[in-house]
Amino acid sequence: MEERLLVILPHPDDESFGAAGLIALKRKANVPVTYACCTLGEMGRSMGKPLIANRETLKDIRKKELEQVAKILNINDLRMLGYRDKTLEFEDEEKLADHFEQIIREVKPTLLVTFYPGYAVHPDHNACGEAVIRAVKRLKREERPTVYCIAFSNDRFEHIGEPDVEIDISEVADIKIQALKAHRSQTYSIVEKIEEGGKDLPQFQQFFHKETFWIYPFDDEK
Amino acid sequence: MKPIDPIRVQKIIDSFLHKEVYIHLETTTGAYTSHHNQNSMTIVAFVRNAKITFSQGKIKGTGPYRVGLKTEEGWVYAEGLTDYTVDEQNRLLMAGHDRDGKLAIALQISETPFS
Ligand SMILES: [Zn+2]
Repeated sequence: MEERLLVILPHPDDESFGAAGLIALKRKANVPVTYACCTLGEMGRSMGKPLIANRETLKDIRKKELEQVAKILNINDLRMLGYRDKTLEFEDEEKLADHFEQIIREVKPTLLVTFYPGYAVHPDHNACGEAVIRAVKRLKREERPTVYCIAFSNDRFEHIGEPDVEIDISEVADIKIQALKAHRSQTYSIVEKIEEGGKDLPQFQQFFHKETFWIYPFDDEK
Repeated sequence: MKPIDPIRVQKIIDSFLHKEVYIHLETTTGAYTSHHNQNSMTIVAFVRNAKITFSQGKIKGTGPYRVGLKTEEGWVYAEGLTDYTVDEQNRLLMAGHDRDGKLAIALQISETPFS
């Protein structure tokens, strides 16, 4: 079966923090990548320094940043799903899962990246992951993609153990930095730190050298 | 956005007096506050497109500023406002930003609903 990656995450920049390395590596290997981004992060708190955005202009600014990042990561198919930042968990879970199911059935990914429900800190992250899992469960076992989950809650290790997948992304680290920088309205303070100390600061080791994922354990597959 | 000039902002607030207006009122500590520091709580609230009419509206303080709008049956209040702008749709956008340019509070007034 032809390899195909589908990424479903709620905010522009989630992909750059969590999976830019994986996406860049897959594109290098000529694997088609679809990114479905649920919201435009229009309720984000960072407005730039000096201020470049306000609550009403942030949406369009982040949309442009996301389109730029899709080019940097060479994503073939970028979809903006039009939900509102901070409201995903209040949508009808079944309808949200219907929407994701429709995308999954159309794209037919072999690999799907989303957030690990319950271990992804932001309510939108958890709600997105939960609905993606709900959608994948509706597929027949043999139709299901492998699901790589991003988890970063402080209690993740005690509940879901160590990550199942660790990917060396050193060869695409520069692309990941470019992607993070392109989300300028949100990442200026991190970019400042990266530029001061370079990407070899201990706190960025993880960031630019490896990405880790948990493979979602579907109960009925055990 | 630019730093609040209270005299100008007062005039703009007055221009909305006795009209039916839409309010966006928001405050946020950021969604990651308690993730980064378990001793602090994540607090976020927003109301978008509440329709009100106010008979009195004032900006007070020496900066950051407070704005209070007296409505028919209650009040709208925001404290910590530092910057403002009137956008091309004639909406008054006021916000309070911390030193890193992060929004902590917003109060916006418009004659048409916010999208
Ligand atoms: Zn996010």
